[in-house]
Amino acid sequence: MNEALWALGRGTGVVALVMFTITLVLGIATHSGRSLGGLGRFGVADVHRTAALTGVGLIAVHVGSLLFDPFAQLRLVDVLFPFLGAYRPFWLGLGTLALDLLAVVTVVSLLRHRVGPTVFRAVHWLTYVLWPVAWLHSLGTGTDAGSVWMTGVAATCFAAVTAAVGWRLLPSYGERGRTRTPRKGL
Amino acid sequence: MTTMTLPDTRRLLGAEPMGTLPHLSPDTLLALADDAGLTGRGGAGFPTAIKVRAVTQGRRAPVVVGNAMEGEPLSFKDAVLLTRVPHLVVDGLAIVARALGAHEAVLAIGPEIDPAAATEAARSRGVQVARLEGGFVAGQESALVNQLDGRPAIPGDPLVRVTTRGVDGRPTLVLNAETLAQLGLIARRGVAWFRGAGLPEDPGTSLFSISGSVTHPGVVEAPRGSLLGDVLASAEPVHPVAVLVGGFHGAWVPATALDTRLTAHDLKPYGAAVGAGVLHVLGHDTCPIRMAAGIAGYLADESAAQCGPCINGLPRMADALQRLADREPDRTLPAEIDRMRLMVIGRGACAHPDGTARMVASTMRVFEDHVTRHLAGHCEIEGARR
Amino acid sequence: MTRLHVDWTRCDGHGACAELVPELLASDEWGFPMSRTGERDPEVPPHLVEHADHAVRSCPLMALSRV
Repeated sequence: MNEALWALGRGTGVVALVMFTITLVLGIATHSGRSLGGLGRFGVADVHRTAALTGVGLIAVHVGSLLFDPFAQLRLVDVLFPFLGAYRPFWLGLGTLALDLLAVVTVVSLLRHRVGPTVFRAVHWLTYVLWPVAWLHSLGTGTDAGSVWMTGVAATCFAAVTAAVGWRLLPSYGERGRTRTPRKGL
Repeated sequence: MTTMTLPDTRRLLGAEPMGTLPHLSPDTLLALADDAGLTGRGGAGFPTAIKVRAVTQGRRAPVVVGNAMEGEPLSFKDAVLLTRVPHLVVDGLAIVARALGAHEAVLAIGPEIDPAAATEAARSRGVQVARLEGGFVAGQESALVNQLDGRPAIPGDPLVRVTTRGVDGRPTLVLNAETLAQLGLIARRGVAWFRGAGLPEDPGTSLFSISGSVTHPGVVEAPRGSLLGDVLASAEPVHPVAVLVGGFHGAWVPATALDTRLTAHDLKPYGAAVGAGVLHVLGHDTCPIRMAAGIAGYLADESAAQCGPCINGLPRMADALQRLADREPDRTLPAEIDRMRLMVIGRGACAHPDGTARMVASTMRVFEDHVTRHLAGHCEIEGARR
Repeated sequence: MTRLHVDWTRCDGHGACAELVPELLASDEWGFPMSRTGERDPEVPPHLVEHADHAVRSCPLMALSRV
């Protein structure tokens, strides 16, 4: 049973990382106002949202299974307050930090029509902190750390995010693939 | 600055200060505005009673704002009011604010107007004076509210009217300085007096700013519904070719039609409206295409730069008009101008693109023969293509 | 009667809306929505309400609303 919980914890963690990588890349694609393949602009936004919520669901299982796994030695306080854990406190702490950020971003995103675009945008910028923290956490925590396949997954995610952010920083990004005068300050 | 009045009309420009201000109930104020048929003198010509009624619907005490921003470069009537008879505007503002139980009464003055006299008058009536930053769109209702709230002076989404939620989240009544002056006088002299001038469907007098090819530029007070030629007469136009009625967002009325009555109905065939009473006379030594291109370029620069169609469309329209003014032999220019015009109408948070489009459309229509000559490389005023 | 309203102070021409309710909105050459019905805020017929709400949710800048 313990092994099953541990496997569930590890598995959901890895898949969640992939989900959040997809989320970030598609988030940049959404903001670009361009369609990807046959998805359409609305499709890009929809998949971005679906991947994000799937990731949140996976993280709920990830944290839940590890809470109930005695091997993980995860206390409730460790779920909310980072760097207090018994097992690999630093890497675990990163996970807690990522969880805290994820909670804020998710709640504000779900309530975005209530909080308005300014607050929504400000909080959404936190995803650029959330992703690296989650990524680092996945590198150092758990028994898969350092394994070949885990390193491969982490490297692929890193490459995807780097490429997307690189595109984000290009001057042509804001033109949406059209000849237009972009707004200032967006 | 000359001020002139047509015979028997020195209502605004000759008014003496009031003693004590009449205290009106909200219903009395509403009835006065309604029965008098007063419409806004700031450009939109909106029935004042409707606006006043709207701010009484909210739960919170409203804010009343006197709009003396006068962002239109060709308009100076509000400057004249505020420097010559500021008490009229301040009294009007104070009467309205008191009647509505307003939380605040603010006179918003633009940078082109000397605030000294108005500030002095405001002090004695408990009216605040706000010296604000200018720009063509800064006097737009929601842009003004935004600036008073400490935000950038650009328009907001018109979905939520300022009469519902404006300054400090309160219902806000924004009235042009001249409208307030008129309303103050109506409160003092009565509806019958107000309706003693003008037309039944458009009563009272209003101020007209006259500029351009005239001997005596200045402000004229005239009864509503006067003939264009009569209003211009005392300014003495010099070789008039056409009159830009309504300022930079207005439309041209040819000099052959100076017997046009300055009413909504009679100006409609020209695509014009009385607006804020701006009358700019085009003389025979100015190329109208050149003039319109200059105005369009200015208006493109003055865009609040927040709405895509305006940011993209206005410069392209102005650019094409500029090339037409330069007699570029490009036969597609009129079509391009028209295409841009249609792309910007009704697509933005305010009427800036619509007004610009109106002026441009009117230019292309009224001066069609100039356009044809320009496309052939010739301008009768500026000569052949350089 | 319900209408689609574009908050032009927010819109930046992403274009998801025009994809979801092409009967009501088109995209101009700069990516901004154009009403197809001749009204400034196009009326939404009952059979398109669901798609219109999808469009409202899909705008990344929350510039679209159904009023």
